[in-house]
Amino acid sequence: MIPELGHFALMLALLVTLVQGVLPLLGAQRNQPQWVALARPATAAAFLLVLFSFLVLTWSFYSNDFSVEYVAQHSNTQLPTLYRISAVWGGHEGSLLLWVLMLTGWAQAVALFSRRLPEAMVARVLGVLGLVTFGLLAFVLLTSSPFERLLPAVEEGRSLNPLLQDPGLVFHPPLLYMGYVGMSVAFAFAIAALLAGQLDAAWARWSRPWTTVAWVFLTLGIALGSWWAYYELGWGGWWFWDPVENASFMPWLVATALIHSLAVTEKRGSFKNWTVLLAIAAFSLSLLGTFLVRSGVLTSVHAFATDPRRGIFILILLAIVVGSSLLLFAARAPKVSLGGRFALLSRETLLLVNNVLLVVACGAVLLGTLYPLLIDALGMGKLSVGPPYFNAVFVPIMLPLLVLVAAGPIARWKHAEIGPILRRLWPAALAAVLAGAGLPLLAGEWHAYVALALALAVWIAAAIVLQTVERFKTGKPTASWWGMQIAHCGLAAFVVGVAMVSTYEEERDVRMSPGETVTVGGHTFKFLGVHDVRGPNYVAARGSFELTKDGKPLRTLYPEKRNYDTSAMPMTEAAIDAGLTRDVYVSLGEPLEGEAWAVRVYFKPFVDWIWGGCLLMSLGGLLAAADRRYRIRVKQSAAATAAAAGATA
Amino acid sequence: MKKPLALAALLCCLNVAAQEAKPLAEDPVVEQRLVNIATELRCLVCQNESLAGSQADLAKDLRREVRDLIKEGKTDTEVKDFLVSRYGDFVLYRPQVKPQTYLLWAGPFILLLVGIGALVAYLRKRERQVADTPLSEEERQRAEALLKENQS
Repeated sequence: MIPELGHFALMLALLVTLVQGVLPLLGAQRNQPQWVALARPATAAAFLLVLFSFLVLTWSFYSNDFSVEYVAQHSNTQLPTLYRISAVWGGHEGSLLLWVLMLTGWAQAVALFSRRLPEAMVARVLGVLGLVTFGLLAFVLLTSSPFERLLPAVEEGRSLNPLLQDPGLVFHPPLLYMGYVGMSVAFAFAIAALLAGQLDAAWARWSRPWTTVAWVFLTLGIALGSWWAYYELGWGGWWFWDPVENASFMPWLVATALIHSLAVTEKRGSFKNWTVLLAIAAFSLSLLGTFLVRSGVLTSVHAFATDPRRGIFILILLAIVVGSSLLLFAARAPKVSLGGRFALLSRETLLLVNNVLLVVACGAVLLGTLYPLLIDALGMGKLSVGPPYFNAVFVPIMLPLLVLVAAGPIARWKHAEIGPILRRLWPAALAAVLAGAGLPLLAGEWHAYVALALALAVWIAAAIVLQTVERFKTGKPTASWWGMQIAHCGLAAFVVGVAMVSTYEEERDVRMSPGETVTVGGHTFKFLGVHDVRGPNYVAARGSFELTKDGKPLRTLYPEKRNYDTSAMPMTEAAIDAGLTRDVYVSLGEPLEGEAWAVRVYFKPFVDWIWGGCLLMSLGGLLAAADRRYRIRVKQSAAATAAAAGATA
Repeated sequence: MKKPLALAALLCCLNVAAQEAKPLAEDPVVEQRLVNIATELRCLVCQNESLAGSQADLAKDLRREVRDLIKEGKTDTEVKDFLVSRYGDFVLYRPQVKPQTYLLWAGPFILLLVGIGALVAYLRKRERQVADTPLSEEERQRAEALLKENQS
């Protein structure tokens, strides 16, 4: 009975979102205040209904209701409670429901925190979000309802993939989806502005904090996924250019371009059309990512053909979203003013170059991700496009961006000159050259690649220091200024992490008997032996390794090899001693003869700077979104404008 | 006397036990080349995993085979060619440059050129369109009113 209530709530929500998507939009176009006033209550109703439905599904998992097919397929009674609840989004149907929940949640947040916006604008934004929600709810109800019954019910459910039984899974998908779905808010603001014919600086200002917050979630979601792969897959890699990863990385690249372009639109009134296109692209790429991941098209074009319903549905949804927004764009864009004048060398131009590079990088990733599908679909054979390709094309596109990151914030709006920029940046350039020449020698052998990367990182960081010193001479900087600098600092830290770990990483594969030692990167592991440990739903062989450096004991590490009761595949749980300048990483391979084991140890210098950098970027984004100017009431300026209009009349 | 003796015995024991573990591979040089080659190859039975990382049986067999090929004195290219002849292009993570992949390899750089070209064209066009127009009388009055509003 309870699952049916959840299903019913979803159907009601479908109807409510239809109201939310149609009437407020019409009302705003035709000046009907009663219809406009429907926007907020309808949004709240949709949110509560979907939330109810999500809680019902969570309850079904919690209470082990194996008469629900989705529960029976993804959970069993042996699973610890935490994983039983996170199993709600462990499969296709539940993750889509989470998607929809977050979509209605974002809409509800817009409804709550937009009291300062004109009612018609809010109605349009909520209306567009309502239409998107309607599309996705229809998708859930027609092709992937999580409430389908399994009659007769089974005694015991199948297990959740052991790979997913990890705290990483509890947080990674929700964060990532918050980012994905958050792009729909940027999209809704853009469409609303197009509908109203009001593409102005005010629109950019309203949309900016939302876009930035969504970008923060996306950044955190991707970083957490990368960290999870690093410690859970037992192979020590942090990014695999897997199509599923690319599906989340592409919206991130475009969203990064978008937050920079929004800055120009807000401050200078320029690039409005371009900003709108980016907002449409960011959301379309989120939908495309969902399509790629959810349709099965990635494993094989033929897997998609065997059950095409879901894939086709998202593809149609994508076509409707992209098609209708581009049509609207084509109709409205020519009337949009170009904004203020700026010189060929100005902050505007530099930000435009940033956008071109980010969008081209996204295009390269898209090409590499879709190319095997394309070749396969054309019957030209099967091929793989993997990390060597992506590294070869992505890195050269990003290098000029890293050079410009330092110059952009220093260049003046409207008109910049090369002389003053160089005069202000030469100490940073000097520091960069010295760092490139010297720092790699401290870490080990000198390589051109790592020298270039470290030089660029120091170049960015030094430029930030210079700007901070100068900025304090003219008064206290704003929160969004700090946000920008911290995010750019994060980028520098990220570059350091990537360069250091890919150049100076050390790895040893050894055969160890108890008492034997292995040394990697100056750290010595002494193998103390293996004993069995019983977990809630697995038996683990737990190894003990004493970690010492220069004879001084640091700690004991316990990597595990787990055999889950419900899965034949043994899982590797690596043990990591993390540190600011290095991780050391040990994982158990297979048992060999006697008490010996195959053991793999890694020394990974500066690897945590990769995720630390992402954290800094997110922190910067949060600071920027929290800037005071977004909370200043629009009423004041509205009153001023009205007075001015009265004066001229 | 007993204590130092026991200590010495213990130390001796520890010394014997605390020996350096042996590498799994017989020949580290061969192994390094194997890793270099295998990270650019796809494990055929896994979900997007490299041959170097995979624990699948087929991957282990293939690694053994690659190791043998290296010992026979084959170059990296020869090893890869052999695997391609057996499993097709699917096994390569770095697609070969050939007519089917021209677009793949050239695409990003074409995109970059198009992007830069479009940027330059846009900036030029904009330069022509946005001329510095002086404020109209009405706009000037409105601006003045706004300024006064702020002062008062």
